[in-house]
Amino acid sequence: MSTVAQSHTEGYGHGPARGITRWLLTTNHKDIGTMYLVFSFTMFLLGGSMAMVIRAELFQPGLQIVQPEFFNQMTTMHGLIMVFGAVMPAFVGLANWMIPLMIGAPDMALPRMNNWSFWLLPCAFLILVSTLFMEGGAPNFGWTFYAPLSTTYGPPSTTFFIFAIHIMGISSIMGAINVIATILNLRAPGMTLMKMPLFVWTWLITAFLLLAVMPVLAGVVTMMLMDINFGTSFFDASGGGDPVLFQHVFWFFGHPEVYIMILPAFGAVSHIIPAFSRKPLFGYHSMVYAVVAIALLSFIVWAHHMFTVGVPLTGQIFFMYATMLIAVPTGVKVFNWVATMFRGSLTFEAPMLFAVAFVILFSIGGFSGLMLAIAPSDFQYHDTYFVVAHFHYVLVPGAIFGIFASAYFWLPKWTGHMYDEVLAKTHFWLSFIGMNMAFFPMHFLGLAGMPRRIPDYALQFADFNRVSSIGAFTFGATQLLFLFIVIKCVRGGAPAPAKPWEGAEGLEWTVPSPAPYHTFSTPPEVR
Amino acid sequence: MCVWARRTVALLVGLVTAMDASADWTVNLRPGATGISHDIFGLHMAILWICVAIGVVVFGVMFYAIVAHRKSRGHKPARFHENTTVEVLWTLIPSIILVIMVVPATATLMDIYDTSGADLDIRITGYQWKWRYQYVDDDFGYFSNLVTPQDQIHNRQTKNEHYLLEVDNPLVLPVGRKIRFLVTSNDVIHSWWVPDLGVKKDAIPGYINETWTRIDKPGLYRGQCAELCGKNHGFMPVVVKAVPAPEYAAWVSDQKAAAEQERLLTEKDWTLEELVARGEQVYQTTCAACHQPDGSGAPPAFPALNGSPVATGDANGHIEVVLNGRQGTAMQAFGKQLSEVDLAAVITYERNAWGNHTGDKVTPQDIVAYRKQHSSP
Repeated sequence: MSTVAQSHTEGYGHGPARGITRWLLTTNHKDIGTMYLVFSFTMFLLGGSMAMVIRAELFQPGLQIVQPEFFNQMTTMHGLIMVFGAVMPAFVGLANWMIPLMIGAPDMALPRMNNWSFWLLPCAFLILVSTLFMEGGAPNFGWTFYAPLSTTYGPPSTTFFIFAIHIMGISSIMGAINVIATILNLRAPGMTLMKMPLFVWTWLITAFLLLAVMPVLAGVVTMMLMDINFGTSFFDASGGGDPVLFQHVFWFFGHPEVYIMILPAFGAVSHIIPAFSRKPLFGYHSMVYAVVAIALLSFIVWAHHMFTVGVPLTGQIFFMYATMLIAVPTGVKVFNWVATMFRGSLTFEAPMLFAVAFVILFSIGGFSGLMLAIAPSDFQYHDTYFVVAHFHYVLVPGAIFGIFASAYFWLPKWTGHMYDEVLAKTHFWLSFIGMNMAFFPMHFLGLAGMPRRIPDYALQFADFNRVSSIGAFTFGATQLLFLFIVIKCVRGGAPAPAKPWEGAEGLEWTVPSPAPYHTFSTPPEVR
Repeated sequence: MCVWARRTVALLVGLVTAMDASADWTVNLRPGATGISHDIFGLHMAILWICVAIGVVVFGVMFYAIVAHRKSRGHKPARFHENTTVEVLWTLIPSIILVIMVVPATATLMDIYDTSGADLDIRITGYQWKWRYQYVDDDFGYFSNLVTPQDQIHNRQTKNEHYLLEVDNPLVLPVGRKIRFLVTSNDVIHSWWVPDLGVKKDAIPGYINETWTRIDKPGLYRGQCAELCGKNHGFMPVVVKAVPAPEYAAWVSDQKAAAEQERLLTEKDWTLEELVARGEQVYQTTCAACHQPDGSGAPPAFPALNGSPVATGDANGHIEVVLNGRQGTAMQAFGKQLSEVDLAAVITYERNAWGNHTGDKVTPQDIVAYRKQHSSP
């Protein structure tokens, strides 16, 4: 046994391989984490440029830049790329980098599978993006791809879209298995479950959510595949099928999916706020229980996306109550973060700015979520820009700001350099202003009666749409600044100590910055 | 190049002119014109103010900490990280607020679902991209199409006040009566929505969804399709015209007489010119959205008709496609949507428009004959 271990170390040496093979063949969690993050940011820019097309067309009434067919392809691809290409891989990247460092493990538990689950992603997105150039165009039925619009009436490229979803699903499932195996098996001696850092906790729960719902997504797209190519009628009413079945199955995946995109951000913010408050996290135990409660509830609320499809009254009432219930554990988390800040010793470096904005703006998204949960009111809000405002408030300042906060928080650990604080604060403020300007007016548009997913609109919606577009352009352009800040930080900057943040706690700060290629070859002791 | 230049100019002109366009900064729901829409508005405002109150308290504490507990002010951190009393309280209080909120919400929901005792049934069917209204009790019905001209949509003309929210035939309803809607779809899922009525219901193929309304005051109420239904999803508005009961009764008898007139037209002897002229109108409202006004289509989903083998080949094949549609494609069966006169006219038009010069005349009688021949015994 010892000889095997020895030859293993000698064979690989202590540093990375040279050239492209380092990235193609790597099994190192840090390299794979970096690749996930780079891939995610690339997709963020691609999906973002599609959002720019959407906002440019909606800048004023009338059709100016694109035709409705292409507009629908843009909304669809923007949603798919942001959800599956930007947000989810970013969190997997953070998990890869940070979970082993936080639990004192030398690497992920299944390093070869880790490599494969990453490299599947570029393949999947190459297929997905290539549909834009196919005859008949890319998928144009919205990221929720409701049947029969996506089956009987879908473009020929739908089959490629299904294949891409299958590959992404496989990648996510393997990533989730890896996270679970790592957390359950490779924790440092002494680190009991209730001593785990919250980012690790939230990712553990996220991974179980992924395992539970990605197969459901695979199932629903497989049924579509059969309907389109093999003559079945799962979703075709004229063949005895049921278009509403599609929505039930899709949202059984779709609702836990939205928590998959937010729980890891909850975890990261629960590290950042205590660090910059110089005070321990308030209510660690209730934080863990709240995340578990949110995850469990997420399985029994899916039909709140379907209040207008004609769910029977009792079903409607059940889903309304269950959905409102989620406000309780979510509220507990927000209260805990505020209580952590209260009577702390606060400083506002970029990670803290993003984290505080996360708490405030995510709560606004939570409030509109509570409003949407009231089924009778939802008859007015459903499928309007109010919903667009709601989910952008939970996803942009929620997931995306959570990712930015994490990136600034851990960049010194990754690169060994401090990032440029002035530029980072500029990035924050421009993002904050742009984001609110883009998405807050959407609440008004939805309440005034503007449906979502329309390329052109009535004249009374013109003013707020113009404001929103200007905000979106600001937000979009600002993200290039982030790219610049990261490149600058990778290339140089003030050297970062092992623990660059005064109030930060955790094993990741006990290794030098930048983190060596191999860390925790000998597990640390946790008291 | 030229196109881009024109678009840039259009954009710039738009930018400048938009500044002095009549400003409309509506920020809230409208209370609407029905009991339900008022109830919904009440719920909406209640939950909104509850959220605002919670927000003020929570963020108030947070901003106090942000201002007062800064390191730069020399504030020393406390070490507390648990307090069971507080944690129990802030779990219980939100729960109680939710229970308070749930009571009126449930009552309104039960009201919305109570479709019993309706005075009048209207069947609403969604089509790509128009609505069909059938007055089930009076045995007539019609389609309701967007009438905003393409020139306005493509910025070659000034836009109307009700741009994209105007139709040829609004749904006419009496005020003060309970009206039950039976909502379904012919193709993909649509959603019939009129904000002022507080009614939104998905139109789903294979399902008939029920909902209802009782409108308090006469007027024009505008809405839109709310569920993505393909390329022209943004171009299928809903307009409801609510009129007093006597006016409604008069309108119904007019409609019945007009339906009878339409049936008589089938017997008439039509010339090629008359058919082409009528057919062009039918084509523009019914077919042009997909096959384009010049018959060029948008392949591969929507084939060109100009020079197509169907429109220039055997007339019976052409009738077959128009009447029964093409399974598994976006081509609908128009046999049930259009009258025999309109079917004959549009087919004749397609066979003689653009570069198609077949000289064929398909008469309403031909459609009747085709139907007899192909109907199953």
